Amino acid sequence: MDRPTQLPVTAPRPPAARLQPWLLRPAAKVTVFVLSMLPFAWLLRGVTLTALGGAVLGANPAETLIRATGDWTLRFLCITLAVTPVRELTGQAALARWRRMLGLFTFFYGVVHFLCYSWLDMSLVLGDIVHDIAKRPFILVGTSALVLMSPLAATSFNRAIKTLGSARWRALHRLVYACALLGLLHFFWMRSAKRNYAEVGIYAAVLAVLLGWRVVRRLRSGAGSGART
Amino acid sequence: MHHLRDRGYVHPCTSEITPRSVYEQRRHWLKTAAGLSAGALTGWTGPGAHAQTARPGKLAALPSVPGTVAGAATMEKSTAYADVTGYNNYYEFGTDKGDPAQNAHTLQTRPWTVSVEGEVRRPKIYDIDELLKLSPMEQRIYRMRCVEGWSMVIPWEGYSLAELIRRAEPTGNAKFVEFVSLADPKTMPFVGSRVLEWPYVEGLRLDEAMHPLTLLTFGLYGEVLPNQNGAPVRAVVPWKYGFKSAKSIVRIRFTDKQPATSWVKSASQEYGFFSNVNPEVDHPRWSQATERRIGEDGLFAKKRPTLMFNGYGLQVGAMYAGLDLKKFY
Repeated sequence: MDRPTQLPVTAPRPPAARLQPWLLRPAAKVTVFVLSMLPFAWLLRGVTLTALGGAVLGANPAETLIRATGDWTLRFLCITLAVTPVRELTGQAALARWRRMLGLFTFFYGVVHFLCYSWLDMSLVLGDIVHDIAKRPFILVGTSALVLMSPLAATSFNRAIKTLGSARWRALHRLVYACALLGLLHFFWMRSAKRNYAEVGIYAAVLAVLLGWRVVRRLRSGAGSGART
Repeated sequence: MHHLRDRGYVHPCTSEITPRSVYEQRRHWLKTAAGLSAGALTGWTGPGAHAQTARPGKLAALPSVPGTVAGAATMEKSTAYADVTGYNNYYEFGTDKGDPAQNAHTLQTRPWTVSVEGEVRRPKIYDIDELLKLSPMEQRIYRMRCVEGWSMVIPWEGYSLAELIRRAEPTGNAKFVEFVSLADPKTMPFVGSRVLEWPYVEGLRLDEAMHPLTLLTFGLYGEVLPNQNGAPVRAVVPWKYGFKSAKSIVRIRFTDKQPATSWVKSASQEYGFFSNVNPEVDHPRWSQATERRIGEDGLFAKKRPTLMFNGYGLQVGAMYAGLDLKKFY
């Protein structure tokens, strides 16, 4: 049975790697938490200032908020997916303890992004939202990505891992790859109106590397050797 | 009344003719009433409208008199100059809303000519300074509704395009007017990007172009147009989505064929030639029933309903009587 607080056994690490004790300190996790909250805090400040008559979020603050929260969801998704490759390449197994928190932040920003859309754009009118999801393919794709992320968030705590068992939990959490692809498609489709693909290309490249790394590792170690995701 | 069966016209009889003396008194009464109300209105709206659209002091002044055509000035609050000049779609300078304000400083607005050509008896290449003096400059305060779902209220300076068209004397073959914008890769960094075909082309039916509300525009808030708003001369067609109002015009061509406009070429299933503001005809990817008024609608407020023909239905609706607006979007 896997317990995320234990140092897990991994594939052979580079010979020179040494355990960095500071990674194990509680302060490290708190730091990552605080840093992850910064974008949200900045947006909250923007909302407050806008409500007070300021223009820090630009001429169309609703659009700025929806866009920014979407950007941060994608970024945290990439950061979360980067934990395992960085952990194995640097041999710092302790990085694993941050993966859950970063994954939950991805879900958090995804929920805030959807909330901004449904509140600021659709005024929380459920009928309009459902109609919009059906009418606009890119919103359907985005909503699907969030829906697929929900069981991952719901089973992120220790009791769920124990109940599901290691193999089933890992199988379920492979859904994150589908979320990544759906999220990228959602962003691409949104940008296709102005054929403005520069940023989309960057995320596509990053995700290609992060997902490609897993494909390569799976091919190298072969199926059935218990390769961890 | 005698109802004569003469092609449906109902002819009045001679006993209904207004006596001449009464008729002449009415004209006198109307003149007096008009004078009084104009005086009263000027006094009433003068300081208010003037204060609301006061010069920002950024560019050269462009004096004007308030326009008087029906629909010339909406009573709604004008959008702040900073937003009008800082939140723009002008893809020749970048596709983000802040790009034109940041990048359009490279646009050269002098020397500038506008070629009036095609199916006209008097084609001419106008210098911009000639155009500025062609007809008295009017201030028109128009609503502007972008197809993306946001809107503004903008005090423009210009005169009805009809003034220019009359002088060009379109022939009987002229059914449409095509507007071509500048597309100079040396001064416009994004000309050459794949978002649209260049130069930017727009067009109107001749009656739409001749409509008094169609404005050949030279100024904004009492000053000449900033580069990012389409300097030095642009069109403004307030009852259509904003992309129909071509910026930085270099050619006005009269033709018998419907012009192939840039957005129709780019996505004909989404953008039509008419593109009249219409809350009942959705864009394929989003509803057009509501809009967000920049600077006015609160962040958490429900979006406001979009008006048919952007609220200019009384003035322009007759041009589309009998036209299926869902088919001819």
